[in-house]
Amino acid sequence: MLSDQIKTRIDRELAKYPADQKQSAVMAALRFVQDEKGWISNDDMEDVAGYLGMPHMAVYEVATFYHMYNLKPMGKHTLTVCTNISCMLCGSSEVVDYLGKKLGIGLGEVTADGKFGLREGECFGACVDAPMFTINNKRLCGKLTNAKIDEILAELDKQ
Amino acid sequence: MINIEIDGKQLQVENGRSVIEAAHQAGIYIPHFCYHKKLSIAANCRMCLVQVEKAPKPLPACATPVAEGMKVYTASEQAVKAQKGVMEFLLINHPLDCPICDQGGECELQDLAVGYGGSASRYQEDKRVVLHKDIGPLVSAEEMSRCINCTRCVRFGVEVAGEMELGQAFRGEHAEIMSFVDGAVNSELSGNMIDLCPVGALTSKPFRYKARTWELSRRRAVSPHDSLGSNLAALVMNNRVMRVDPVENEELNECWISDRDRFSYEGLNSEERLTKPMLKQGGKWQEVDWQVALEYVANGLRQIGKEAGAAQIGALVSPGSTLEEMHLVQKLVRGLGSHNVDFRLRQSDFSADGKMQGAPWLGMKVAEVSSADRMLLVGSFLRKDHPLFASRIRQAVKRGAQVNLLHSADDDLLMKLANKAIVPPSELVPMLAQILQAVATSKGTHLHSSVQSLVQGVVVSATAKTIAENLAGGERAIILLGNFAQQHPQAAQLQLLSQHIAALSNARFGFIGEGANSVGGYIANAVPAEGGMNAAAMLASPRKAYLLMNVEPELDAHNGQLALEAMKSAEMVVAMSSYKHKAMDYADVMLPIAPFTETSGSFINAEGRLQGFRGAVKPLGETRPAWKVLRVLGNLLNISGFDYDTSEAVRDEVLGGRDVSASMNNTLQGLVVQPAPVSTGMQRVADVPLYATDSIVRRSAPLQATRDAQTPAVQMRSDDLAKLGIKAGDTVKVTMGQNTVQLTASVNEGLPAGVVRVAAGRAETAGLGAMFGAISVERV
Repeated sequence: MLSDQIKTRIDRELAKYPADQKQSAVMAALRFVQDEKGWISNDDMEDVAGYLGMPHMAVYEVATFYHMYNLKPMGKHTLTVCTNISCMLCGSSEVVDYLGKKLGIGLGEVTADGKFGLREGECFGACVDAPMFTINNKRLCGKLTNAKIDEILAELDKQ
Repeated sequence: MINIEIDGKQLQVENGRSVIEAAHQAGIYIPHFCYHKKLSIAANCRMCLVQVEKAPKPLPACATPVAEGMKVYTASEQAVKAQKGVMEFLLINHPLDCPICDQGGECELQDLAVGYGGSASRYQEDKRVVLHKDIGPLVSAEEMSRCINCTRCVRFGVEVAGEMELGQAFRGEHAEIMSFVDGAVNSELSGNMIDLCPVGALTSKPFRYKARTWELSRRRAVSPHDSLGSNLAALVMNNRVMRVDPVENEELNECWISDRDRFSYEGLNSEERLTKPMLKQGGKWQEVDWQVALEYVANGLRQIGKEAGAAQIGALVSPGSTLEEMHLVQKLVRGLGSHNVDFRLRQSDFSADGKMQGAPWLGMKVAEVSSADRMLLVGSFLRKDHPLFASRIRQAVKRGAQVNLLHSADDDLLMKLANKAIVPPSELVPMLAQILQAVATSKGTHLHSSVQSLVQGVVVSATAKTIAENLAGGERAIILLGNFAQQHPQAAQLQLLSQHIAALSNARFGFIGEGANSVGGYIANAVPAEGGMNAAAMLASPRKAYLLMNVEPELDAHNGQLALEAMKSAEMVVAMSSYKHKAMDYADVMLPIAPFTETSGSFINAEGRLQGFRGAVKPLGETRPAWKVLRVLGNLLNISGFDYDTSEAVRDEVLGGRDVSASMNNTLQGLVVQPAPVSTGMQRVADVPLYATDSIVRRSAPLQATRDAQTPAVQMRSDDLAKLGIKAGDTVKVTMGQNTVQLTASVNEGLPAGVVRVAAGRAETAGLGAMFGAISVERV
């Protein structure tokens, strides 16, 4: 079931599009689901499809196409490390290794306490700050060093 | 028109066409995978890259519109280099399993790889693996690694079948074709995805590993399952139909066929096939020679005719029988002195008999349905009864046609409806009368006296007014009456009202006939005349002898229970059938006759098109074509005029050089309108499920494994169920008159209040009785 809050937010998006093209709001709708639940289940996709009057499969196509949608529970703070070419040249592999060692998880995994998740992402379009990761797709952290990572993780741990 | 040049050929092409269409029109082949003339343009396979003068790089021919003065080179060095490059990429991940692939031999990728592929691969890395999927009993998706992601199947679902059941999930290298959460593909047109798939990713599940394509010979056939007359190719090996494919006919089935047409052949090889004539003696069935069986039949018929009168003999013929079979049955029965012959087994209102000016038909060409701009569908489970008619109308809707529906169930037709009136069966006639009244009022005309009594006192509802206005607003409006309208107890009144609405709103109207030969039955005169009894009357007042032609009375008749009782009480039942069916309980003789693939014959489809075919394979065992059996029987009975050499001779006798179209006419004249019986309580709505329509599809195992062939449930609105204190899933007792069956209850919010939907044509519900009428449901 979509919560009232999600529905209100989707309705706000729907106002931007013609009434017979409700499916234009699908990406926003999925984002709202993830904001609230942390990930998007198949049931949620069905609900979104029903709400927007589009086929389930079409929602599934969108949800699986974009890597920023989590298709399984990913932890309270999901760190998505860019591993594309610029970040790779600037040491993203070391960032992944260090995070993995520090959190005890690999890419696509979640810590046992559900606090941290680790994902691999595609270019964030901000290569000037490489290497970098995002926190829950909302906050961008760049020019990463081991010390800086420690600092960020400690800060997140407190939240 | 635009002037372009392709490979040095000067062409004139319609504006808006693509380069690939222009090239194909000129007979120049451009290799392609994702492009298909009936589907939207995806331009994702890149195989059709061609060189265009002044363009900096190769362009996809399918997505490049023609422009004045354009010069295209499809086989230049640049074009071929691009095509070879694309082919190398396509083959990178494609498994080299052609020797065990069902598509091998008819594979577009295999063919083009011969032309454009390298002889060895430069690719050393691991190939990607895509997991197999289970998408139902008809389409096999066991080797999805073969998929080249052309998305033809996805586009077919969205654009033609009307439902997006397959999609392309994930992205880039990980992209794969799948259904949502491993659901099955339930479309009644799903088999076309097999034809569309240019590789061996989607193949036919029943045909899997049965034969190699080059071992098969193609024989033409015509679908016996509905009145469209789809053109088929029966693929034959070792005297057995191994597969059925469509044969393109733009005017009928385009390049598609329904799953019923495609997979029904599995029923031809069923274990239940009757392969030897059988005689019941002393309560035991014995296999006998044809001579013995036929002499027994001739003697029996002669004796009953002599002792009880010829009027005690009745013949019931399946509407899927050929023109020749129908003609010979009626000739035989009439030769015996009886006029009791009918093929309209599921019809219940025969008051139009004698009032019709000709055989009821579609009223237009099938192709003309596509160009209609306003439609009124009266009483039709369109999608399930006539899958390809539905698809044709769906395409028309996409082009802007507006469809109005008047029916007793709101099944999803997978198309946008302009207006709909969903009313109980008893309200169909009043609702149509309202529409007529609304049309008449808006035109300011007076109604003809024949319909006065139907519109008397009718209060026009807002819905009726909207539908009438919608119809009147079109230039090419049509009214189509479906199976449900034809089976309705007031079918003639529905016809009369449609006739007048059509006349007033400048529309055409007609019937989407139920069987493959629904028009042919009239042309062959397999209907009672000169005081004969119709199908319902023959069962209501039982005859002493019945001749059954391809009929399973308890499943094919309007009132299955009544039919069964009539059969049981008869002195002699001669079942001409391809199968050992329930007739084994009550028949005296079983004569094995050939199904449509084993006999020559012809059907006249809904639009009056005569389509002949020859047997694709030899009759199984001692089965014989029915026209030959009837010929011998006619001679044994000393009825004159039964000396035919070929089925063509029979056909010529039926048609006698006349034009079929001149014998078709939907006009009713002089119909006396009987007041409708007052209906109280719950009413039954019965559909004949897609895979319960005739004896062949009933025995096709793959079709019987689909969702459409599930055990029928009792469907009602949730508020109606609640009133009776029944929950969905409960076992309930359903009663019609004296008859009772037990079924499971389920919710269908698309039904009108006071309606109970129970499917007909199924053994589980055959004991219930008539397809229409009062019905009650109670908890067990």
